[in-house]
Amino acid sequence: MIVENLNSKRGYVPVGMTIAEKILAAHAGLDHVVPGEIINAKLDLVLANDITGPFAIQEFEKLGVDKVFDKEKVAMVPDHFTPNKDIASAEQSKIIKDFSKRHHLTHYWEAGRVGIEHCLLPEQGVVLPGDLIIGADSHTCTYGALGAFATGVGSTDCGAAMATGEAWFRVPESLKFVFNGSRFQPWVGGKDLILYMIGKIGVDGARYKAMEFTGEGIRNLSMDNRLTMCNMAVEAGAKAGIIEPDEITLNYVKTRAKREYKIYHSDPDANYEKIFELNSADIPLQVAFPHLPENTKSVDEASGIKIDQVVIGSCTNGRLEDLEITAKILKGKKVHPEIRCLIFPGTRDIYLEALRRGWIETMIEAGAAVSTPTCGPCLGGHMGILAKGERALSTTNRNFVGRMGHPQSEVYLCNPAVAAASAVRGEIVHPREVVNNG
Amino acid sequence: MGKAWKFGHDIDTDVIIPARYLNSSDPAFLAAHCMEDADTSFAQKVQDGDIIVGGKNFGCGSSREHAPVAIKAAKVKAVIAESYARIFYRNSLNIGMPILECPEAVAGIDNGDEVDVDLSSGQIRNLTKGTSFQARPFPVFMQDLIKAGGLIPYVKGNRKNA
Ligand code: SF4
Repeated sequence: MIVENLNSKRGYVPVGMTIAEKILAAHAGLDHVVPGEIINAKLDLVLANDITGPFAIQEFEKLGVDKVFDKEKVAMVPDHFTPNKDIASAEQSKIIKDFSKRHHLTHYWEAGRVGIEHCLLPEQGVVLPGDLIIGADSHTCTYGALGAFATGVGSTDCGAAMATGEAWFRVPESLKFVFNGSRFQPWVGGKDLILYMIGKIGVDGARYKAMEFTGEGIRNLSMDNRLTMCNMAVEAGAKAGIIEPDEITLNYVKTRAKREYKIYHSDPDANYEKIFELNSADIPLQVAFPHLPENTKSVDEASGIKIDQVVIGSCTNGRLEDLEITAKILKGKKVHPEIRCLIFPGTRDIYLEALRRGWIETMIEAGAAVSTPTCGPCLGGHMGILAKGERALSTTNRNFVGRMGHPQSEVYLCNPAVAAASAVRGEIVHPREVVNNG
Repeated sequence: MGKAWKFGHDIDTDVIIPARYLNSSDPAFLAAHCMEDADTSFAQKVQDGDIIVGGKNFGCGSSREHAPVAIKAAKVKAVIAESYARIFYRNSLNIGMPILECPEAVAGIDNGDEVDVDLSSGQIRNLTKGTSFQARPFPVFMQDLIKAGGLIPYVKGNRKNA
């Protein structure tokens, strides 16, 4: 299926490659690739969920093959409408469960052990640095935080790849985002950095490109925050978000990896289509207004907007540090009487750890509803749908029309600190006002 | 020949097919809710051969293949937009849903215009206004894939030859 290989063209001058280009080249069996080149590459993991899986399986079955290419490299994660919200969803989940059993897939989890795919797979060491991954879910780009090249595809691509273990790619141009300075403003996290960038470049500002995040600011960012950033690369239209592995990455994967992995770095003379320089300290807490993630303002500009529901969780902000910040803010306080505050830990392990540390108790005492891991309200699936005219403040990644319920409801996006503080106040507020005012 | 249904920029997959309908992958069911959150009358009124015209970044958002499937099952002949989100673009071709990139045509077509699209040449004619436009041709690789009838038959063909 290799279509064009520019290596073989004459007059080719080798230059440095970005980390994204290196991973693609290595998986295509090439020494070098350049942006625009179409390659066929071997995959380390193919994943689907309870929405996209049944469709992918249907396409897989049309191929008439009797086996997946590698039972350890196909993951099925029932996380969107699970625990099954209705009969139709139950039927969808059953399709992926039966398929996983029939093909003896290593990576399948039932309710109670499952988590949101993009929290679960890095946590369980299923995705690792240097991997090439496709998933029938747009936020597959999350795994770039580990120094992998990961991108979302549709069900047909996924179905074909489950059979062949390969997919074709157009090598993307890379954009570099350099965060200068290791210090951020108080409460600012990965969510604010990515929202700020999307606000600057727009929801198609990185269309088809790889966004590479680097600089002192990123080097000081925890893994949870990096995962949040890469998660939302697709919200700028990107094919992938990616961060070069460092000590923090290696510490994260060392206890989780059960197989070999490879570390790639961008060459000093690698080619970037554009380089953006940002000052870490200049970035204020962000809120994205309806109905696009690019409609960002500083939290102070959003201050005072009344809300009906707060959602904390999702593949963007459902990790341990997100819950820690939430518990810190809710400690000894009460959720505003008119607010529904829904908290969704990303995985069972995250939930358990938060429980052990007493954070879940703090949240429930404050008056929040804490749920078993599920995508639930993030996509307007279940467990927290908005009525006509209602407004949510959410740590999720999309605020499109109707995303969380009625087409005339509204979603504002922010980080967990802003969400938790606003749950207490009953309107959008800067966390310092809630924390300092007892 | 068909009527143009014109939409704005950044038409996302939640607008094309809201998540509340994703507990089904039945094309007819999806078609009945196609574009519902942008225009509630679309699914009832769209006719066989009509064309959707969008602005920049059409199909942004989720990877749900249900989106191009809903459009195709609504009997829309083609989508013409200034540009596409990448997963939507790839999905559309993979299921054999023709999509054309042509900013000039988008500017030159109003809602309700009669439009004819020649998929093999990429020529778009606005019969109401008597104008015509040339869409960018697909890359060679894509043309092969479309010729095969989408990704699955393409892979099937390749496996047989291997
Ligand atoms: S949490 Fe939301 S964005 Fe993430 S995978 Fe689930 S539905 Fe998609």
